[in-house]
Amino acid sequence: MRHLLSTGDLSRDEATLILDTAAELAQVGDRSVKKLPTLRGRTVVNLFYEDSTRTRTSFELAAKRLSADVINFSAKGSSVSKGESLKDTALTLQAMGADAVVIRHSASGAAHRLANWVDGSVLNAGDGTHEHPTQALLDAYTMRDRLGRLEGLRVAVVGDILHSRVARSNVLLLTTLGAHVTLVAPPTLLPVSVHTWSCEVSYDLDEVLPKSDVVMMLRVQAERMRDSFFPSVREYSRNYGLDGERLGKMPSEAIVMHPGPMVRGMEISAEVADSPRCTVTEQVTNGVSLRMAVLYLLLGGS
Amino acid sequence: MPDTNGPHLIRGARPLGGDPVDLLFVDGRIAAIGPDLEAPEGARTVDATGLIALPGLVDLHTHLREPGREDAETVASGSRSAAMGGYTSVHAMANTDPVADTAGVVEQVWRLGREAGYCDVRPVGAVTVGLAGEQLSEIGAMADSAAQVRVFSDDGICVSDALLMRRALEYVKAFDGVIAQHAQEPRLTEGAQMNEGCVSDRLGLPGWPAVAEEAIIARDCLLAQHVGSRLHVCHVSTKGSVDIIRWAKERGCDVTAEVTPHHLLLTDELVESYDPIYKVNPPLRTAEDVQALREGLADGTIDIVATDHAPHPVEAKETEWSTAAMGMVGLETALAVVQRTMVDTGLLTWAQVADRMSTAPARIGRVDGHGRELAVGEPANVVLYDPAAPVEIDGGAMVTKSSNTPFRGMTLPGGVRATFLRGVPTVLEGKIK
Amino acid sequence: MRAQKPTQSDTGPGVPVPTPEVPEAPEVPEGTRAVLDGNEINRALTRIAHEVLERTKGGEHVTLLGIPSRGVPLAQRLARRIERVEDLSVPVGSLDITMYRDDLHLAPARALGRTEIPTGGLDDRVVVLVDDVLFSGRTVRAALDALGDLGRPRAVQLAVLVDRGHRELPIRADYVGKNLPTSLREGVTVRLDETDGQDAVLLGPSKARPSPSTALNRGLRPSSSSHPGTTETEGDDA
Repeated sequence: MRHLLSTGDLSRDEATLILDTAAELAQVGDRSVKKLPTLRGRTVVNLFYEDSTRTRTSFELAAKRLSADVINFSAKGSSVSKGESLKDTALTLQAMGADAVVIRHSASGAAHRLANWVDGSVLNAGDGTHEHPTQALLDAYTMRDRLGRLEGLRVAVVGDILHSRVARSNVLLLTTLGAHVTLVAPPTLLPVSVHTWSCEVSYDLDEVLPKSDVVMMLRVQAERMRDSFFPSVREYSRNYGLDGERLGKMPSEAIVMHPGPMVRGMEISAEVADSPRCTVTEQVTNGVSLRMAVLYLLLGGS
Repeated sequence: MPDTNGPHLIRGARPLGGDPVDLLFVDGRIAAIGPDLEAPEGARTVDATGLIALPGLVDLHTHLREPGREDAETVASGSRSAAMGGYTSVHAMANTDPVADTAGVVEQVWRLGREAGYCDVRPVGAVTVGLAGEQLSEIGAMADSAAQVRVFSDDGICVSDALLMRRALEYVKAFDGVIAQHAQEPRLTEGAQMNEGCVSDRLGLPGWPAVAEEAIIARDCLLAQHVGSRLHVCHVSTKGSVDIIRWAKERGCDVTAEVTPHHLLLTDELVESYDPIYKVNPPLRTAEDVQALREGLADGTIDIVATDHAPHPVEAKETEWSTAAMGMVGLETALAVVQRTMVDTGLLTWAQVADRMSTAPARIGRVDGHGRELAVGEPANVVLYDPAAPVEIDGGAMVTKSSNTPFRGMTLPGGVRATFLRGVPTVLEGKIK
Repeated sequence: MRAQKPTQSDTGPGVPVPTPEVPEAPEVPEGTRAVLDGNEINRALTRIAHEVLERTKGGEHVTLLGIPSRGVPLAQRLARRIERVEDLSVPVGSLDITMYRDDLHLAPARALGRTEIPTGGLDDRVVVLVDDVLFSGRTVRAALDALGDLGRPRAVQLAVLVDRGHRELPIRADYVGKNLPTSLREGVTVRLDETDGQDAVLLGPSKARPSPSTALNRGLRPSSSSHPGTTETEGDDA
C-alpha cells in the first residue's frame, strides 16, 4: 500500500502491524535522544486546508522524530487562499520533491483526489465528513494499550456520527480488528443507511454504558442545533452527555475516550474529562508514535 | 452551414430497424422510399448497408451555455455535437448568463442556432425572472417571439413555491406551452452532493434523498391536474418518481417525463472514486432505480429520453468533489447508451426508440417538422445509425467543446454514421461536416 | 462498511519473535550441510561466556544486548552460562536496529523487532552486542548508531556465533563461536531451539537478497521475521 486514505483499506494484518510498530516506536519518546535516522533525506509536506494545530503538530513531531524534513503548507496566507486549485497545489508539491503529503481538507475525498495527482504517498489527516484514519488507529492503539486486547472489545461511539470522520474510520478499523462497535446518537445524527454498517446502533446511552469496555465521546457542534439536529444543548447533554453519574454505570475497568477538542458541559462533563479513566492526553501521546509508525511503514521501505 | 445541398440517395438503410430499402432526399424532403431506387442526376449516394434509419432525434433538454459560458460550449459547438449524436433539433435550456428570461435572449439563442445550421435550436424560456423563483418572467413575450418558445423551465433550480408553480402551469395554457420542472425540494437537498444511501454514508458526502425529487413530482402532478395544464418532469431519476408518474397518468394527469441516458446506465457506486466526472444533478442513483427507469421508459410511463447535455470546462471537474460542477455531456453518446440499455436488453424496439427520442419529444416541445414518420413527403430529418460498431468513448475526441463524459473508457455498442437536416447532411461517414 | 473475519489474534506489543508453530523440518534440508550441531553450539557459547568473564574482569559491568531476532536468545543463553560460572546476574536486553539500517530503501518496510534496555540503562556499562552471524558488518554499524542514541557505554564489544567473513566495514568481533570461511554464493542459516525448534548452523546455497526491482510494492509488509525457521541470516545482516 502506498497511501493511507481509509482504514477500510487496511487488512487485519496490516492494521496490527501498524499498532505493533507504534508500540515499539513509543519508546523513542522516553529516550534522551528522541530521534531516529530512518527517514533522513525524505520530505514530508503537511498540507492543511483546515486549522488543526493538534493534528498538524502531531504529524510534524512524528516526521521529525524520524529525521524527515517537514514543510508546513497551510491554506492561509499561501497561494491556496488565492484560489489555486488542489491539483495545481499538488503538482507544485510534486515538483518540490515531496515524498509524502499529509492532507487535511474540508472536502470528503480530497485525499483520494490528491493521490491521483502526486507520485508520493498521501496520508489522509481528515477529509470532510469522510475519514480520519490515523485518529482511528491511535484510538485502537490506546484501547489495546489500556485494556490489553481489541478482539471482542465492546466499544460505544457516542455523538454526532453523521458528520464524524472519526466515527467512520473507527467503525471500519475496529470491526476489522475484531471489536464490537455500538453507535449511540439521536436518530438525526446517524446516517440513513447505518443499519447496513457492521455495527450495532442504539438511541439509548444509559442502556449501552453498562455493556461497554470503551466509551468514545465525539464532539457535538452547537451549530447542529440551529440545523434542527436536536432541540437544545441542554436536551442533548441530558440524553447523550457523559457525566459522573453515567460514568458510574460503566464497568469499573472501562475507559472514556475523546478525539478532542472536547466541549465540556456538552458531550462530556469536566468531572469525566479530568478522571483517570479518561484517556484524552494518552491519545495525544500515542498519536505521535502511531503517526511515526505510519510514516515509517509508508516511507521507510522501497 | 454545410454546403452539400442536392439530392441524396441512401442505399440499403433499415427504417426503424426494418427491412433494407433505399431512401431518396430531394429539396429537403423524403422524395421516395423503396427497393433499388434510381439515383437522379447529381445525386450523392450514401451506402447505408446495415445502418438503421431513424427520424432525426429531438432533445428536450440541452445546455448550450451561450450566452455566458462560451468556454464550455457555444450554440454552434453544441449544435454540432448534437448533429454528431443524430439530433436534428435541441432545446437550449434557459440557465445561461444572462438568463433566457426575455424575448431578447431567446431570440439571440434561436438566431445563433439558425446561423450555425446544424440543427434546429429551440430555446427554453425561464419560468421565473433570473431563475430566482420569485416572479414569473415574460413568458408570453417569449412565446410570441421569433423563437416561438413553448417549453419553460428553471432547470437547475426547482420552482419550489407551490403557488408560483400553479400560476406558471396555468399561464402557459394560453399558447399550449408546457412547464418542464426540475424536481428538487430545496431544503431537503441543501449542500447535497450525491444520492443519499449506503454509498453517500460511507463516503461522508451529504446525501440527496429520493424523496426530495418525488415529493415535488407528486405535488406538481396534482397541481397540473387541478388546473388542467401540461406538466413535463425533467430527468426522472428514482424508482419512486416512476411510480408516482405512473399513478398520475392513470388518474388522467397530463404529465410527461424524461430520463437521461446516464440515469439509464450508471449508478452511485461510481462516486466511490470521488471523481467529479460522475457528479450530476439529479445524482446517479442505485441499481434498483436504474432498473425502474428502464422499465418506466419501456412501458411508456417515462415518455422520452433527454440528454441533459451539460458541458463543463476541465477545471470545473478536476477538483475535489464538493467544489466540482454538476453535469455531464451526453449528446454524442445518447443513442448508443439507449441501444445498450434498452434495445440490446430487449426492452425497446427501434421503432419505440424513434418514439422516445424523436416523435414524443417533438410532440411535447411542439416542434414542427421533427419527429415525423419516415414517409414520402416528410422533411428529410434522418439519422443513420450503425448498431454494430463498438467504440471506446473518449471525451477528448468528441465534437462538444467540453469532455466531461462519464462514459469515458467504456465501450458503447454503436455510432451515428450520418445525420440529415432537411436533406442536408450535417454528419457523413461518422464525421461532422 | 465491511466486517472481516479474524485471521490472527491480537498479541499486543511485547513478543520479540512470534513463537511459531515449529515446522517439522528435516534435520538438514536438502542442498545444505550442518557445520555446527546443537552440542557444538552449546560448547561455543560456553567458551564465549568464559571469554567474556575473562576479558571484562569478572563481568561486573557487562550488559548483554541481543540483536533480533536470533541474537536475543543467544544473549539470554550467554547470560545463563555466565550466571552458572560466576553466580553473577548479567542484565540482558535486546536492541532492534531496523530503524538504523542503511538498506531500508531496498525492500518493503519491515516489521520492527523489540528493543528492551535493561533497568539501569547503558551509561558506563560494558555492552556486549550479541548476534548470530557476522557478515558485511552493516548490522553492527547500525547497532553502534542505535547505541549512541540510547546512552554512553564504557565500551562496546561484539559476540557472534558465526563469523562468515566478507566484511564491508572496518568491524571485527571480540568473541566468535566459529570462524566459517564461505563463498558469497553460499548462505549461512542459524536455527535455534527458541525460534526454530532446533539448534543448528547450516551452510547452503545463497538466497537472492531482495533487490529494488522486486520490491516495488512498497508498504506494509512484515519482514522476513514473519517466516521463522527459514530465515536466511545474511538477509538480516546487510
